[in-house]
Amino acid sequence: MKQFLSFVRKEFYHIFRDARTMLILLGMPVAQIIIFGFALTNEVKNSRIAVLDMSKDAATASLITELEASRYFEVEKRLHTYKEVEEEFKLGNIKMAVVLPQNFGADLLHFNTAQVQLIADASDPNVANTLTNYASAIIQDYQNRITDGRRLPYTIKTELRMLYNPQMEGAYSFVPGVMAMVLLLVCTMMTAITIVREKEMGTMEVLLVSPIQPIKIIVAKAVPYLLLSMVNIASILLLSVFLLDVPINGSLVLLVLESILFTVTSLVLGLFISTITDSQQVAMFISLTGLFMPTVMLSGFMFPIENMPRVLQLISNIVPAKWYYIIVRSVMIKGVGLEAVWKETLVLFGMMVFFLIMSIRKFKIRLA
Amino acid sequence: MEREKVITAKGLTKRFGDFTAVDAISFEVGKGEIFGFLGANGAGKTTAIRMLCGLSIPTDGEATVAGFDVYRQTEQIKRNIGYMSQKFSLYNDLTVRENIRFFAGIYGKSHQFIKENTERLLDRLHLQAESNKQVKSLPLGWKQKLAFSVAIFHEPDIVFLDEPTGGVDPVTRREFWNMIYEAAESGITVFVTTHYMDEAEYCNRVSIMVDGRIDALGTPQDLKQQFKAESMDNVFLKLARKATRGE
Repeated sequence: MKQFLSFVRKEFYHIFRDARTMLILLGMPVAQIIIFGFALTNEVKNSRIAVLDMSKDAATASLITELEASRYFEVEKRLHTYKEVEEEFKLGNIKMAVVLPQNFGADLLHFNTAQVQLIADASDPNVANTLTNYASAIIQDYQNRITDGRRLPYTIKTELRMLYNPQMEGAYSFVPGVMAMVLLLVCTMMTAITIVREKEMGTMEVLLVSPIQPIKIIVAKAVPYLLLSMVNIASILLLSVFLLDVPINGSLVLLVLESILFTVTSLVLGLFISTITDSQQVAMFISLTGLFMPTVMLSGFMFPIENMPRVLQLISNIVPAKWYYIIVRSVMIKGVGLEAVWKETLVLFGMMVFFLIMSIRKFKIRLA
Repeated sequence: MEREKVITAKGLTKRFGDFTAVDAISFEVGKGEIFGFLGANGAGKTTAIRMLCGLSIPTDGEATVAGFDVYRQTEQIKRNIGYMSQKFSLYNDLTVRENIRFFAGIYGKSHQFIKENTERLLDRLHLQAESNKQVKSLPLGWKQKLAFSVAIFHEPDIVFLDEPTGGVDPVTRREFWNMIYEAAESGITVFVTTHYMDEAEYCNRVSIMVDGRIDALGTPQDLKQQFKAESMDNVFLKLARKATRGE
């Protein structure tokens, strides 16, 4: 135990004395969550939209003028049939369509209520969300203006329709995504590098000649990163809840436990990488290309997996972050419990055990 | 002079597949002896040392280190030896004190032991003023001396030095060898590999490995007579030329 503690203390010295390590460990998560957080609410300017005006009266004309006058929208096309809406989306010409049904003006005048349909391309959910919000706000403004001074208020009901991704999954996707990325980077890359550094410096030999068991060396190396990852999980969650208003709908305990499982999986992966490489550069390269890129691309965080070609969908199954991402999104955003994510948890656990066995075997071969 | 044996090897062999890295070497090293372990690169020195340190299980033969068996008692061996490698073996981003404390810690030394001996060591090396500075700020010669002191800090029976003086100036090398003599006088057996033949002359006895075998073993004086050579340098060259193995 005393040996072990000496070792853990030494690891903390290494971490705290290296400004770059500290920056990556503690600065990066905060920076990423803020960057992604504000990217989400970023303003969208001059988006191309199409208008299907089936009423063609004074009310629709002025509403369209209002939309066009705003700096957010550019009316790209006037459509004539409902079918064209779909076609324009498929061609990628427009980001949103505004559908004004027949008798819009008349309904508004006689029944005091009328309907507008906003159709958005939700394959990019963040943009779709922003656009429909802006459009709704403009319509609301218009409605307030014409209501002004009258007894009976006019109401325009906006109906939203999200194409391609009706549940708007991924609206808050960046928080689970950033958590997956940060934990992976901190645990996998840092663990791999710190072990490989000892090999490169020649200190690993000295450690192996000492009476401390190899397993203790490895665990002692992992402990500081596990602790710092806990700090990161806490800071990411705090920032998400208080700065970005992302809710934690499910159980916090479950969320933390799942995060610990993913952290350990990442640590084991880092250990595995360290057993197959001898230089810090190679370790970093493998971590970045072999893990970081797939995590960004294939975890479902940047691009919805459902929209990917079949082959990539299959490959995405071996990316640990994909499973963690599903778990966090389910627990955090949807608010479900373990009964809904036990399969994903099991997959993650299986991966952890697999890589652990692989690394221990690899490590023993090296020693013999 | 008959000394107590602390290292014995009999027919010690290590094969990797078809390749015999160490080919049935036999020797004995006595307590407090400075034993030079010479050989060209690729002659099998490192593999032999790894077996003696308990890092690698021999394919054949017998050996004991500090009275423990290299097959079954590697844990006890590790507890009773010190090791300093050709690559630098201290942590550059730790201070002098932290390095001492860490290495003593992984050898399981008590807090009290570490505290007392650290002060004594710092005084002896005249490093008190630098004791809270990171090791990277020290000149190479000092680092090397400190690394040696750390390697014997836990009072081992034997210390293995793998080319300890690589890249060090002659004056520091001389000082380094004075430390080796002191250690040997205090009863620590020194097992040292080197490429400097003048250092071979400082050893009590040397062995020279060629192609995995020990081709010569004796005091520097004996070897020079046996091979009719002026210096250890010539002895080494005569033997190393016979080598058929490359790097």
